[in-house]
Formats: sequence, C-alpha cells, structure tokens
Amino acid sequence: MSQQTTQSHPQTGPHDLASEFLDRQTPLDRVRNLLHRYPAISPAIVLVLAVIVFGFLNERFLNPANLSLITQQVAVVGTLAVAQTLIILTAGIDLSVGAIMVLTSMVVAQTATNNGMPAVIALLLGLIVGLAAGGLNGILVTRLKLPPFIVTLGTLNIFVALTLLYSNGATVRGTDMPALLTWTGTTFDVFGVRISVGVVLMLILYVVIAFVLAKTAWGRHVYAVGDDKESARLAGISVNRVLMSVYLAAGVILAIGAWIQIGRTNAASPNAGADLNLDSITAVVIGGTSLFGGRGTIWGTLLGALIVGVFRNGLSLAGLDVLYQTLAVGVLIVVAVSVDQWIRKVRK
Amino acid sequence: MTLTEETTPAAGGPARTPILEARSLVKTFGRVVGLDGVSLELYPGEVLAVIGDNGAGKSTLIKCLTGAEIPDEGSIFLDGKPVSFKRPQDARAAGIETVYQNLAVSPALDVASNLYLGREVRKAGILGALFRVMDTKGMRQSARAELNELGISTLQDVTVPVENLSGGQRQAVAVARAAAFGSKVVVLDEPTAALGVRESNQVLQLVRNLRDKGIPVILISHNMPHVFDVADRIHIQRLGKRAATITPQSHSMTDAVAIMTGAATA
Repeated sequence: MSQQTTQSHPQTGPHDLASEFLDRQTPLDRVRNLLHRYPAISPAIVLVLAVIVFGFLNERFLNPANLSLITQQVAVVGTLAVAQTLIILTAGIDLSVGAIMVLTSMVVAQTATNNGMPAVIALLLGLIVGLAAGGLNGILVTRLKLPPFIVTLGTLNIFVALTLLYSNGATVRGTDMPALLTWTGTTFDVFGVRISVGVVLMLILYVVIAFVLAKTAWGRHVYAVGDDKESARLAGISVNRVLMSVYLAAGVILAIGAWIQIGRTNAASPNAGADLNLDSITAVVIGGTSLFGGRGTIWGTLLGALIVGVFRNGLSLAGLDVLYQTLAVGVLIVVAVSVDQWIRKVRK
Repeated sequence: MTLTEETTPAAGGPARTPILEARSLVKTFGRVVGLDGVSLELYPGEVLAVIGDNGAGKSTLIKCLTGAEIPDEGSIFLDGKPVSFKRPQDARAAGIETVYQNLAVSPALDVASNLYLGREVRKAGILGALFRVMDTKGMRQSARAELNELGISTLQDVTVPVENLSGGQRQAVAVARAAAFGSKVVVLDEPTAALGVRESNQVLQLVRNLRDKGIPVILISHNMPHVFDVADRIHIQRLGKRAATITPQSHSMTDAVAIMTGAATA
C-alpha cells in the first residue's frame, strides 16, 4: 500500500516538492500580510489623516507652537509607552508603569530637595528605584510564575501606597529643585519650533530601543518569547532571563520617564500619573502592537502616542468637549485591537 | 521510487559502529516503569523508526536520548563515547537535534529568524561581541542555502513569517533548522501527525533528503504506511522494552502491529 501511495504521488521528488509552495493570495491577503510585516503602517496612515483633517478644521492646529505643544504633551506617555511596548511584546502587560514613574519622580525630587543630595546622585537613586521596582515585577513574573496582569495590579497599589507614604502626599515644586532635574522641561528652537529636552530624550529612547529590538539577538528573543514561550524555550532561549531583562529595562526607562515628567510639569506630585498606566497601554495598542505578544514595533508605539496626542489636541481646538476626546480614544482602541485580530488570522 | 530501491540493508559489517547507541536504559516514574532496560542503535546513514503503542515507552526513550529526561540506569553513547544529558540543550550541543511534535517554531518570526532562533549569528567586531548585533543578511543567505540543499527551493523568501506557511512548509522549516547546525542525529517526533496526504509525502521526502545528506534520522510515528515507506529499520517498543528491531523487508505491517500488541514475537 505504501508503495502505491508513493508512486501515485509523482511530486515527491526534491524539485516537485517546490510546486506545493506556490503562493495563492487574494488582494486582501496581501494587505493583511503587508500589515503583518509592517505593523506600523496602519497607525502611520491614521496619524497622517488625523493631522490633515484637524489641519482643515482649525488653522491653528498646524501652527508650529501647537505642534510643539503636542510633542511635549506626548513626551511622558510616549516614554512610559516604550517600557510598556517591551513588556507587551513578551505577551505581558504592566499596569504599574505610571506608579513606578511617580514613585521614582518623588524619590528624585525629595532626595534632591529635602535631603539635599546633589542632583546627579538624586537621579541615580531614581534609577535604582526604577530598577528595583521593575526587578520586583520581573521576579514575581518569572519566579512565582504569576500572570503579569495580576503581578502589576498588585505592585501598582504597592507603589502608589509607597509613594504617598514616602512623600506624605506633598508635592515638590520645580522651583525648589536643582536645575538639572527640571532641565528636561527646558526648550530650544529648531526652525521656529520649540522642542523640549524631554522630547529629545524620549526620541533617543525610541531610536535606541528600535535598534536593539530589530538588530540584536536580545531583541529577537523578546519577540520569540512573546510569540510562543514554549518554542522559544525549546529553541534554547532562557525565557526567564529574557523576561527579567525586559522588566529591568522597563524600570530604567521609567526612571528616565520620571525625569521627563518632573521637567514637563515643573513639579513632582504624588498624585500625578493616575491615567498614565492606561494611556501607555493605549499608545502601544493603537500603535499596532499585539496584546498577545510577539508582534509590533516600537515606532508604532510612538505613532500611537502621537495619534492620541493629536486627537486630544485637535478635538479640543475644534471646540469639542473633553468627553469627546475620551470617546475618540476609546473608538481608536477598539478599532486598533480589531485590526490586530484580523492580522492575526492566519491564512490556512 | 519504490521501497526496495530506497532501503538499504539493515545489517552492516561487524565493524559498523552505531552513531547513537543506548544500552539498557531504565527509567521509572514512581512505581510506573517507563523504560525497562531498553537498548537502541542508530547507524550512520539510516532512518530508524521507533513505533509502539501508547504507554510502550516510546516517548520516554526519545526523551532520554534528547536530554528531556535523565535515565535512572543505562548509558548512552554518541560516536562510541559515553554521554550524559542533563538538559535538552546538552543533547543539542552534542549534535542531537529534535523536531518536536508541536514544531517549536515561532509563528510571527520569519523563516530565517526561526532557523537561527536561539543561536543567532552575530556581526563580526565589537558590535557583535559586545552589543550582540546580528548578522541578519548572512543568516538569510545561509538559510536560503540550507533550504535549497534540502530541496525546499520555493521557500526562497526566507523573510516570510512562518505562520503564513502551510503545515508541511512549517514542518520543513523545523526540519531544516534541525539539519542546519551540523547535527549528527535528527530526531523527528510524529512529523506527519497533523498533516494531509500530500504534505506528509513532502515531509517523508525531506526525511529521505536528510538521510541522503548523511544525517541519520530517528523517526517516531504512529503511521505504519509512513514508517514502512521511509524507514530502513524499525524499533518496536512494547511495555517498556524493545520487542524487536525489524526491517520493512523482513516483516509486513501486519507483523509489526502484531509485535507491537504482543500478538506475535519477531
């Protein structure tokens, strides 16, 4: 019987093996494959359309001063979203990014003012706090094997409480701080557009993380772990080490975010950043990164953060109530996740 | 392409040494005896099929050979030298590549990335050494060459994500990965279990190509026609022991099933 089977299938030669592998695609499949390969395409299109539409609705929108304002409004969320992207790429989620950032900013501000530490030491302490907080999340996820959602839901509350305990609920004003801490809020002129140091820091982070994700073995392992943990393990990747490094890297990025936040608001407030957790996830999701992990780019996240900033700014310039901004962001999230689901449907 | 043309005589000269040999492996799980003194020999240039009913110790045997389980007793020899694997990575480092039933490919990554997953080639110089920057171009080129060598020539676009491939193509990627790293032995666990007739035939052809390349293959399968189609020798597990080692020439499929179920002896 096996003999017959073999003979009745003449395509078993090495050359004919090839004939099976011809692609048959509909145009829609091509679009899907294109989006799958370059997940940043759809947010890029949305951003361009949004800028054009809002530009028509209100001429002040395309004003350099307004565009500069949007970038500054996006800087903090955009930075947190870098950390969030790394974690979501590993099929995790971090509800505590905002809380870690606020805790770090309070430590930096307090030590530099009340404790009289030099600004550099204060920033280094902030870095250590960020690393410790990220490391705690990482240990709970890798050692106790708890789902990242639960871990960071817990640490979110822990960090919020620690922040309030540590700071006694008091805001530290920027005017009391050394100049280095609020340096991220200072601006300079580029062809008439005011750019803040914080925005530049954020963009540097994007460039660095984009390079690392695309070009290094570590970056590929981040994707592999999020895509399929088991196959990553079988391929010889130390899954826990990759996860741990991602949470630690997130901690560092969040500490930088704290610095940007202090400059942006010219203060360190324990009550800031309540929305930042969810806003960072919003930016990542709108940017085309899959919540199921393993799929997405860091540039998509930047576009996602900009889209949210543009929508909020544009709708408010168009004279619409702030509720409509929230409504629009909600619609964007649902659309983005639907598109992701569609892309994930594999051609059989 | 008939059976008689393909299969080589099982028994070689007395000088032939097995490339991979297991001697009297014992593995117990509590009071359950998984392996009860099993020996296995894999000779260079052959496809050895391992068959057996559920619970016969097939997967335990393979897990011991590939480092996923540590045998309680017995020894394993690779190229005549004793080896002991504590983890699957040890077995891989020694040259035993396993293609798992669930394929172990990363769907969203492209073909080339999958071939090199976990052992990315780094760029020369400080970028590669210090920052672990990958030589993506080089990896893509050698991925293409490797696929060509295995006769999978239309998988030329190694930048296609694996999830866009058919089941047979994915299996081809997994097999190519196993064959790509100068491995001494490739172990295929149920490679045709999830595939249709045509795709199964492609994978069986891949197994032959692999053998013709000089890489001996251990094939675990439930599918008797596939086993008899491609195997040079067949190791039959029964109740934790080796019931027999037969060849497709010496025994029929009915005989093999009879030995497997204990209705007959070799």
